[in-house]
Amino acid sequence: MNRLTFKLEKRLTPSPVMVFIIPLISVLLALLLGGIFLVLTGEEPLTIYLLMFEDSLGSKYGLTETMVKAIPLMLTSLGVSLAFKMKLWNIGAEGQLYMGAMAATWLPLTFPYLPVYLMLPGMVALGMIAGGLWALLTAIPRAIWKVNEIITTLMLNYVAILWVDFLVYGPWRDPNGSNFPITASFVEAARLPGLGNSRIHTGLFFALALAVILAIVFKYSRWGYSINVIGSSERAARYAGMNIKRNILLVMFLSGAISGLAGMAEVSGIIGKLQHGISPGYGYTAIIVAWLSKLNPLAILIVSILFGALQVGGYAVQLVGVPATVATMLQGAILFFVLGGEVFTNYRVKLFSEKGEDLSK
Amino acid sequence: MSIQEFLIPLLAASVIAGTPILYAALGELITERAGIINLGVEGIMLVGAVSGFMVAVTSGNPWFGLLASMMAGGAVALIHAFLTITLRANQVVSGLALTIFGTGLSGYLGKAYIGIPVENPFSVMPLGPLADIPFIGPIFFQHDALVYISYVLVLVIWYYMYHTRPGLNLRALGENPAAMDALGLNVFYLRYIYVVAGGALGGVGGAYLSLAYAPSWLENMTAGRGWIAVALVIFALWNPWRALMGAYLFGGIDALGFRLQVLGIQMSPFFLKMLPYLFTVLILVFVVARHKGRLSTPGALGLSYDREER
Repeated sequence: MNRLTFKLEKRLTPSPVMVFIIPLISVLLALLLGGIFLVLTGEEPLTIYLLMFEDSLGSKYGLTETMVKAIPLMLTSLGVSLAFKMKLWNIGAEGQLYMGAMAATWLPLTFPYLPVYLMLPGMVALGMIAGGLWALLTAIPRAIWKVNEIITTLMLNYVAILWVDFLVYGPWRDPNGSNFPITASFVEAARLPGLGNSRIHTGLFFALALAVILAIVFKYSRWGYSINVIGSSERAARYAGMNIKRNILLVMFLSGAISGLAGMAEVSGIIGKLQHGISPGYGYTAIIVAWLSKLNPLAILIVSILFGALQVGGYAVQLVGVPATVATMLQGAILFFVLGGEVFTNYRVKLFSEKGEDLSK
Repeated sequence: MSIQEFLIPLLAASVIAGTPILYAALGELITERAGIINLGVEGIMLVGAVSGFMVAVTSGNPWFGLLASMMAGGAVALIHAFLTITLRANQVVSGLALTIFGTGLSGYLGKAYIGIPVENPFSVMPLGPLADIPFIGPIFFQHDALVYISYVLVLVIWYYMYHTRPGLNLRALGENPAAMDALGLNVFYLRYIYVVAGGALGGVGGAYLSLAYAPSWLENMTAGRGWIAVALVIFALWNPWRALMGAYLFGGIDALGFRLQVLGIQMSPFFLKMLPYLFTVLILVFVVARHKGRLSTPGALGLSYDREER
C-alpha cells in the first residue's frame, strides 16, 4: 500500500487566486460546520440560515439595519487594520469606541446651544482624540519597553465600558429619564443627519472617505510604505533608518482615533444619547473583518456589510428562540477557516508517495 | 474590627478568587513553554465553564463536570494546535478566533442553563489537622478539593519542568525547537500534547468558576480572567511558583474590592470592578519595565516551526 505524505513549500509571492477564493470558501465551510452543529443541538439549520438571510439582506428594512451595523464595523475595522499593518495588535477597538462615544457626548451635554457647524465637528474631534489617547496609553509602554499591547489594549476595554457605565448610572444620568441608565437626549444640532429618511446616517461617508484615504496612503505614500516595512521586518526597518517608536505611537493613536470616531457616529447618528452597552462587540468583530479583508481598506467596506448582515441575522433568529450568540460562533468559525486556508495562499501543498515521488506534479 | 478579622477572610478569599486564574495560567504556561502562544484562554475557560456546568447539572456529580470541562478545553485547544502547528497559521489571530468562537459557543450551549442551580457543587472540606493551624489553616486549608489539587499541580509542574528529562525537553522546545528536532524528538507531536494539556487546564479554570466559585452559569462569566491569566504568565516569568503567587495577588485585588466597603471606604462599584483590569495593566508595565523588556521569554515563542527553514 502506498503511504502518502504531504509537504509544505513556501510560495515566494502569495497566490493571487487563493487570496480571493479562500475567504469565500471559508464562509461556506463555516456555515456548513455551523449547520452540522445546529443539527446536533436539535435545530433546523436551513430554516435558521434562511431566516438570517431574509431578515438581513432580503428586505428593505433588513438592508437598512445591515448598513446601520456595518458603519461602526467599517470604522473599527479600518482602525485596527492600520495597527495590524504594523503588527501592532490593537484589540482595544471596543474600548476606544466607548471612549470616543463618551467624549463626543460630553459636548452636547455641556454646551447644548452650540450651533451645528461647531457642534458636529467638535464632537468628531473630541471622539477621535479620546479614542486616540485611550490607545496611546498602551502604545507608550509598548514603544518604550515592549509591553505586550494585546493584553493592555484588551484590559482597557473593560475599564472603558465600566467608565461609561459609571457615567450613565451616575453623574451623567438624565434626571428626567425615569431611572434608566441613559443620558439626556442630544439636541438636534448634535445628531448626524440620516440619508433620506432612513436610519443609515452620514457616518457612512466617514467610513468611505477613510477607506479611500487609507488605500491611497498604503499604496502611494512613503509613510504607508514604511508602516508596511516595519510590519514585515522590524530589523530591516531599523537598518533603513525608520523611526519605529514614533510610528508605534502615531499608528496606535490614529488607530484608536478611528475607532473613537465609530463611537461618536454611533451616539450621534443612531442612539442620540449615551447609554449602557452601546456596542454589541463591534470592536471584536472588527478584528475578524480586518483579517478576512487582508487588511485591505476597500475590502473592509464590503466584508463589514457581510458581518453587519450576520449581526442582524443573529438578532432575527433570537425571536424564534435560537440564541443570538450563534452569530458570534459563526464569526469565530469563519476566522478559523480563513486562517487554515491561508496555508494554501502562502504555501504550495505537495503530495509525496512512500518512495518520495512528487505526485503533485 | 480587628486586623485579623479583616485580613484572614481577605487572604482566604484571595486564594479562592485566584484559583481559576491559577489553573488557566498554568495551562498557558506549559503551552508557552512549548513555544506556542495561545490567546484563546478566555474562550477555552468559557467553554470549560459551560460544559462542566452542563454535565454536572445533568449527572449530579461535579467530578464528571470537571472531566467534561477538561475534555472540552482540550478539544478547543486542539483547533489552535492544528491551525498553528500543522498549518502554521498566525498564533495571535488564531488565539483571538478561539476566544470569539468560545464566547459564542458557550453562550449558545449555556442559554438553557442560565439561572439553574447545580445541586452538587464543589463544596468546602477542611483538610484535617492542617485546617486547624492558626492563620495558615483558614487561609489555605479550608477550601474545596479543586483548590488543594491546584497546590499539588503547581508542585508537580514545577518538579516536572526543572527536575525531569521530559521537562527539560519542554523548556528546550520553546527555546530552540530545531535543536530538539536534531536530537530526534518530534517537535510537532510534543507541541500538540502541551497545547491540548494547556487547554484542558484552562477548561478546569472555567469549571472552577461555574462549579465552585459562583456556582452557576452566566454568559461571559469569566469576565476577562482568561486574559488576566495570559498577563500573569508574563508576570510569572514562565515559572509555576511565581504564577501561584501572582494568581493570589490578582485574586486579592478581586476580593479586596468588596471588602473595602466594610472598612468604610466609599467607592463606586464600577471603580471597584475596574481594579483587576487596571492592576493587570499596571503590574504588566511595571514588571516588563523593571526587566527593561528583556524577560526570560521562551526564545521561539510565537514562531511556527518549519523543518525546511532550519
